[in-house]
Amino acid sequence: MELPGLYNYWVVVFLMMAGFYVVISQGNLVKKLVGLGLFQASVFILYITVGKVSGGAAPIAVEGITSYSNPLPHVLILTAIVVGVATTAVGLALVVRIYEAYGSVEEDEIHAQDLVEDDISEDPPFTESEVGKQ
Amino acid sequence: MEHLPVLVVIIPLLTVPLCVLLDHPRLAWLAALASSWLSFAAAVGLVLQVSDTGPISYLLGSWEAPWGIEYRIDVLASYVLLIVTAMAALVLFAARESVRKDIPEARISRFYAAFMLAFAGLAGIVATGDAFNVFVFLEISSLATYALISMGKDRRALSAAFNYLVMGTIGATFILIGIGFLYMMTGTLNMADLAARLPEVADTRTVRAGFAFLAVGIGLKLALFPLHLWLPNAYAYAPCSVTAFLAATATKVAVYLLLRFMLQIFGLDFSLVLMPLDTLLLVLGLIGILSASMVAVYQGNIKRMFAYSSVAQIGYMVLGVGLATTTGITSAILHLFNHALMKGALFLALGGIAYRIGSTTIQDFSGLGRTMPWTMAGIVLGGLSLIGIPSTVGFISKWYLVLATLEEGLWPVALLVLIGSILAVVYIWKLVEAAYFGTPEGNPEIKEAPLSMLVPMWALVGANIYFGIHTDLSVGLASRAAAVLTGGAG
Repeated sequence: MELPGLYNYWVVVFLMMAGFYVVISQGNLVKKLVGLGLFQASVFILYITVGKVSGGAAPIAVEGITSYSNPLPHVLILTAIVVGVATTAVGLALVVRIYEAYGSVEEDEIHAQDLVEDDISEDPPFTESEVGKQ
Repeated sequence: MEHLPVLVVIIPLLTVPLCVLLDHPRLAWLAALASSWLSFAAAVGLVLQVSDTGPISYLLGSWEAPWGIEYRIDVLASYVLLIVTAMAALVLFAARESVRKDIPEARISRFYAAFMLAFAGLAGIVATGDAFNVFVFLEISSLATYALISMGKDRRALSAAFNYLVMGTIGATFILIGIGFLYMMTGTLNMADLAARLPEVADTRTVRAGFAFLAVGIGLKLALFPLHLWLPNAYAYAPCSVTAFLAATATKVAVYLLLRFMLQIFGLDFSLVLMPLDTLLLVLGLIGILSASMVAVYQGNIKRMFAYSSVAQIGYMVLGVGLATTTGITSAILHLFNHALMKGALFLALGGIAYRIGSTTIQDFSGLGRTMPWTMAGIVLGGLSLIGIPSTVGFISKWYLVLATLEEGLWPVALLVLIGSILAVVYIWKLVEAAYFGTPEGNPEIKEAPLSMLVPMWALVGANIYFGIHTDLSVGLASRAAAVLTGGAG
């Protein structure tokens, strides 16, 4: 009985950790955003699950129905979904501009280019560039 | 007058579409400036009203409090609102010149729109009395902040903004999860209602998990020591006026959230007795002070140096909260105010230097004492305040902090706080040495920063001295707010 009752929560935890892991482990900025989206989506499911009353109907006033699901968390999460979409949009816009500026969306390549830039400001030649990439 | 609590937030929020629609650099700036001063006037009104009649409760759309959204302004909220609106008003005053140089003309009006959006979000976090509303305003201000940071000239601003976006979103989502857990157990989102209902269910795993999620989420927004990695680059590469605004307000609002959630909603008993938040904050605060100050000493880019110094200063505030006594919390709230004054002045001065020289590396500072005397004098006074020399605000907050540690008999902590101050002497001295004893290189025709940037900067420097001598207002408000938080009569 425990497992099916908590099934949704297991899904939430799995998605959350998967998303979090992708954010941390991926060097590709677009993939990082995918992970971030997954991470946020898991929280949406958490809220939606919280509002569900087992055996409850949709919260519409109809005669003969006495048990309703709680609509508040569902409405709250609509706001959070909008926030999530906006975050992804801003993130992707940043990735586009990063690609224009660096010619890459790989974190380590961007970092290497930054290191090269730091070196130029101290000693002139480009010789450290290969060291920076490691 | 009864609509002041919502006006503080609504005025900047309405300016956002106005700035976009005007689409004219000068008009957008005027609109932003006017609305920030109006908002500041509203905040001053709120401070007066709160000290007159006690906490104000404003029901949005007249929906009754636990069901509808309530804006609640108490002493602490009015105090933080005053800081946020005052800094926005002053920074916008100085912003016009530096923005004209930093940002392509076609984007200027949208820059002001994003600026006002960030400002409205920060004011909203402070004004609201609804936990979910906090999350919404947090994301409003954060999303606008990511856009603002990415407008920096250096391309590294883009990766800094992206990193902040990833870490900030994780932080905000953690806060969302935490609020969800609290809602699961109590069925309410109103802060006062939450505070009343939580003790009953406090000893459950759900509430403890919610507490942990909230602590980590707020810690990320706060740039608490191990979670501070987004801050240095974001501050270093953002346009100067954005850095000045963020350094003076964004982390302060996060400190406010920490106080609000940990001390008021969860309550001292839960946060500090049941959960080891005090020890955690004490240790992380101390490590933050020492490590960030040490890193600051070695920075070649002065903006980055002051960014690390901000991480250290956040350590002082968190340390004060971690002491969990009325004096400790007073020192934290006091430092919140004082640090906004110091860093506002310092980053505005750096904005003036970047405006004239186009860079803020230590090499470019040589000889600036002679070529930009007023700006450098401002930096020196702000730096003295950062160190904590008597008759500056920095001294007042450090005094209270040391007093609070000694009250608890934690003299090693007091010693470490003083070592932190000595480290500040080292990095400020590096600047002074370069500016006054270095020889100007090449460019003798560097002029003093424009007057429109000097005036707000010197207003803040003046405030640094004024509130260092006349402490009634700042200390009075801070100690009353602290007394309310620790359960005293206030």
